[in-house]
Amino acid sequence: MKILVCITHVPDTTSKIQFTADNTKFDTTGVQYIIGPYDDYALARAVELRDQASGKLTVLNVGEADSDPTLRKALAIGADEAIRVNSVPKDSYFVAQQIAHYAKEGAYDLILMGRESIDFNGGMVHGMVGELLGIPSFSPVMKLDIDGSTVKMVREIEGGKEMLEASLPLIAGCQEPIAEWKIPNMRGIMSARTKPLNVVESVSQETQAEASKYELPPAKGSVKLIDKDNVTELVKLLKNEAKVF
Amino acid sequence: MSILVYIEQAEGNVKKTSLEAVSFANALAAQTGEGDVVAVALGTIGQKELAAIGKAGAAKVLHGADSKLDAGVIQAHASAVAQAFNLIGAKTLVLAKSSLGDAVAARLAIKLNAGLVSNVVELPKTDAGFVVKRSIYTGKAFAETTVTTDNKILAIKKNAIDLKQDGPDAKVESFDVAISDSDFVSKITATERATGDILLPEADIVVSGGRGLKGPENWGMVEEMAKTLGAATACSKPVSDLGWRPHHEHVGQTGIKVAPTLYIAIGISGAIQHLAGVNSSKCIVVINKDPDAPFFKAADYGIVGDAFEVVPKLNEAFKAEL
Repeated sequence: MKILVCITHVPDTTSKIQFTADNTKFDTTGVQYIIGPYDDYALARAVELRDQASGKLTVLNVGEADSDPTLRKALAIGADEAIRVNSVPKDSYFVAQQIAHYAKEGAYDLILMGRESIDFNGGMVHGMVGELLGIPSFSPVMKLDIDGSTVKMVREIEGGKEMLEASLPLIAGCQEPIAEWKIPNMRGIMSARTKPLNVVESVSQETQAEASKYELPPAKGSVKLIDKDNVTELVKLLKNEAKVF
Repeated sequence: MSILVYIEQAEGNVKKTSLEAVSFANALAAQTGEGDVVAVALGTIGQKELAAIGKAGAAKVLHGADSKLDAGVIQAHASAVAQAFNLIGAKTLVLAKSSLGDAVAARLAIKLNAGLVSNVVELPKTDAGFVVKRSIYTGKAFAETTVTTDNKILAIKKNAIDLKQDGPDAKVESFDVAISDSDFVSKITATERATGDILLPEADIVVSGGRGLKGPENWGMVEEMAKTLGAATACSKPVSDLGWRPHHEHVGQTGIKVAPTLYIAIGISGAIQHLAGVNSSKCIVVINKDPDAPFFKAADYGIVGDAFEVVPKLNEAFKAEL
């Protein structure tokens, strides 16, 4: 089985979000980059499925050279090869086009990625790739098992979950608890150095909706503390000042 | 030219977030002079419920009543909405940001060659181009996004716009959806819904508990408060990881993102990942015995005290007031 996992290269979840002085770019000063947390779940499940089915697992990122350590980490976790599409990921449509191009060429049976990136939170790429390739897309998927060509999934819906069955090939946007995150061990880190990381150029420059300017939310005012022995004061404030009910 | 709104339903009830999308479309139509708002609703829904979509600002509802569309099969819904979009000659589709909405919108972006912006928080600027403000970095920032395509899709974040409630009933028309077998390549074999009436992603009030509650056996007071306030219950990631509460209650950066009017956090210290999932709440109340808990910096109101002492008293105070 051929599996493609698409990963994002995003600021660590504890990063302070800030922008350059003209508010046109993310300020990377002091920011650590990681594999997108949802993509980590997708990768972990893909490693398990590849091991079960003796297939090949390719990991792909659309990004510039600073993404390479992130791809090497994915190789250390268990991917067999990596592809980096050498371009700034301009918008979801642009990224989806790159993925669809390589997925089509590679004739992958299964394409996994996180339900959304934690920078732009769009949650759009899996669906776009599915439509571009003419295959079903599912998200957010919490459980995914393969029996022959039948895929059994559990998808989260608002306030619950639904159980699904579909056939390969398909694409899924993943989230916990689909698998436990895998931490690279020393053997994985060493072997990652010799696994192929191929850099290719983007296939199209088309975009549909690009971010042009950024801003931070207004600063929060200070908390109003209420004495623990006077909780009725809180109820009055919520009613009369905050007017929440 | 009309603006189309995709309506989501659960067991025949139109979701409030979809009504917010209708209100958004109504305000957008008024701003751009783009004509009226047409909603498309799929599956088994009562005529009265459909007509009531008019209160939020839709002039007309196209109802694809085929019961095969009751479940949210992504491909089938995307296909049906594309048919409605082309039928009315729309240029703009508005829908609520949700797990189904995202999945359907993404496929439609390709089908309709439409620029898609998700997590939209306010009406677009349309005086020079089409510029949409969206929430990014899990609510920690905003981006102005320029849409360059003729067709556009906007997925609206919850609570981004006030719900319009004073419109006349909408005209309901039957919509004959051409359904093909290829739209149903996946089969939904079962659905499990959480018990309780209030769905967390749509709740106006959320009462949330953390590790400070010490164990699942102590959730009774959280549930009691939620019942009194008509709220949904939620929890922090460690609590769902420990199995004290189900995963679908986990709010945070990698869980459910909520934007209620009131978020009450009990025994949650406020890690940055948790704050990311709740920082769009209009009002945040924090109850924690640690005065240095980071959550107090993000809160509007706070009580420094032991949850086991404060929450029962607060429950009584809420009951007395409501």
